[in-house]
Amino acid sequence: MKRQWILLTTAVLAAAAAAYTQVQSDIVIRLTGGARKVIALPDFRGAGASAPLAEVFNATVFEDVQRSGVFTMAPKSFYPLNAPQQERDLRAPASPQAQCGGLCLSDWGGAPVNADYLGFGYLGEQSGRLVASGNFFNTRMEQPSSARVFTKLYVGELNEAGARKIAHEYAADILAQFGVPSLVGSKIYFVSDRQGKGTKEIWVMDFDGSNQRRITHFNSISTMPSISPDGRRLAFTTYAKGQPQIMMYSTETGRFIPFRNSAAPTNAQASFTPDGRHVLYASSVSGYMQIYISDLDGSNPRRLTATRAIEAEPKVNPKTGADIAFVSGRGGLQQIYRMNMDGADVERLTNGEGEASNPAWHPEGRHIAFAWTRGYAPGNWNLFLMDVASKETVQLTHGQGRNENPSWAPDGRHLAFCSNRTGSYQIFTMLADGTGVRQLTTEGNNWMPVWSK
Amino acid sequence: MKRLLKPRLIAISILSVFLLLFAAGCKKKQPAPPPPPPPPPPKEEPKPAAAVIRSFVAEPSTITRGQSSTLRWNVENSSEVVIDQGIGTVPPSGQRVVSPGDTTTYRMTARSAGGDAVAAVTVTVTAPPPPPPPPAKPRASLSERMAREVQDVFFDYDKSEIREDARATLQRNVEALKAILNDFPSAAILIEGHCDERGSAEYNLGLGDRRANSTKEFLVQLGVPADRLKTISYGKERPFCTESNESCWQQNRRAHFVGVE
Repeated sequence: MKRQWILLTTAVLAAAAAAYTQVQSDIVIRLTGGARKVIALPDFRGAGASAPLAEVFNATVFEDVQRSGVFTMAPKSFYPLNAPQQERDLRAPASPQAQCGGLCLSDWGGAPVNADYLGFGYLGEQSGRLVASGNFFNTRMEQPSSARVFTKLYVGELNEAGARKIAHEYAADILAQFGVPSLVGSKIYFVSDRQGKGTKEIWVMDFDGSNQRRITHFNSISTMPSISPDGRRLAFTTYAKGQPQIMMYSTETGRFIPFRNSAAPTNAQASFTPDGRHVLYASSVSGYMQIYISDLDGSNPRRLTATRAIEAEPKVNPKTGADIAFVSGRGGLQQIYRMNMDGADVERLTNGEGEASNPAWHPEGRHIAFAWTRGYAPGNWNLFLMDVASKETVQLTHGQGRNENPSWAPDGRHLAFCSNRTGSYQIFTMLADGTGVRQLTTEGNNWMPVWSK
Repeated sequence: MKRLLKPRLIAISILSVFLLLFAAGCKKKQPAPPPPPPPPPPKEEPKPAAAVIRSFVAEPSTITRGQSSTLRWNVENSSEVVIDQGIGTVPPSGQRVVSPGDTTTYRMTARSAGGDAVAAVTVTVTAPPPPPPPPAKPRASLSERMAREVQDVFFDYDKSEIREDARATLQRNVEALKAILNDFPSAAILIEGHCDERGSAEYNLGLGDRRANSTKEFLVQLGVPADRLKTISYGKERPFCTESNESCWQQNRRAHFVGVE
């Protein structure tokens, strides 16, 4: 039973679980009932000024496709010597067994590559712009014309950023063929101390770790970021004015937006309701940190919990907008609970073992990812998934350092998280089944990723 | 006073007079003789001269207490010169150094059979500037006193209750805090709540808040004015120790006191 459930959850959450075809999931169905497809992505070569940009282009495409979890990447060492650069390079094999050094689709579809799909193309320069001709073909079709899934031109600036941009676009078009939403354009907000030991500032980066950029400059502790559903507002907790307070910032204008904090020693951990009209937060107005909901500017605060215990990290279900996952010490060590938007119908979600924190709703609202010390010593966090209805859990990380702060990608298939498995705290992404772990940060310590549209 | 007139002048004068008298007697009545000259002033008998005080000064006339002034005088015709204030008889001219403790008027009497003379001079005494304050034993700064006199208190894991050892510490702190608040009337005490690294950062923010708050409540019960105590939770953001072992964790589970001016 347990085993079955784990499989089910994994499949729902990750296309990587395409093997479990019995699961009723759109993603899995579109993935065409079977094992992961195998894809071959021979390097694009660049002409003239575009040549130096081919390396970053190829690496970006490869990473995006691999990261998606949709495909098995055919080993590059098995690739034929030649690869087509444009459609007219393709030949039909003289006979089904004939080899044509890479210019026949069957060279890619057959052993040893055994790719189901082939992505190929080239880079060029045109009028000072970088142009990629990207092709995506089904190797199982004999005739190149019927094998073509798409052929498209991509144009960007003639520099590394431009190469990365059009690589993301090409990879996104490949993934879109399989119903996989692209993460291109999504951002990850996070906390870093790289600007100075003892300080924490809010930073942002692209979903793949590129373009890391600092947002706050308080030379203080600014932490616990959250982002509005439309990605236009960033809220965080800062010691810039002494006691920790909530601040809000427009990601569009780069200006601060007024937020009225209650008169309390601690106001922290703001998060947004799915309609973007209210803010939940934790405040010690009563002497104990409790959960409140207020208007977007902090006015009209209403208390949702009434305990003499610590209540923290309120997170509203993004799908239903009707229930709140939160952390409470009301029963002893911190555990994850759920309640209605009015504070009623409280139930504990974690079973009381260890300590639990950082609930993060999956975009579909049926699961939470969270950090738990169950099975480990206090402080040794690992990431888990829970089906909120059944309260069954599956473990995603297994004792490689401390693993905390899960945050779902907009595609619902990836998680960003923080781990000190390398010796310092860094931000990683992985697929929702725990595979495909990639490190995005290296400088200083980095915590609390928040993945935004 | 005799007038010596030459004989010719006398003759002429007499003749003139007779002529005039004759002529006048012929014409009209003889006018009244002029009034007699006033009598000469009585001639003074030589008698003893009165005493004269030519000068009597104090230099300088204003002194600071402890300094001295010099009285100088010059008297004539005096048989005896006396200055009061215990100086007594002095020569007719001379000087005397005086060091009055307060503003003093010196009266001089110069006696003489012909008449006494009196003069006075005042020496004004001003208070000296106050002595420099005794070399202030260097006044301890607020932070020095906080560090020296006020001890942190420690907590159990995930707890904010004041432990038995912390109660004793806080009772000692109360007197120190009251004295410090008295000596630094504009200061306040900030109670920081800290946690070890094991709980989540978010939960620990609430736990540090509780630790600071229960510490504050305890102090207020013992009479430390609540309006001069503030709390702040640092959760696990500002650890005192960064190792991952119980001794370090215990150090980080604390309420720490900071003076704020």
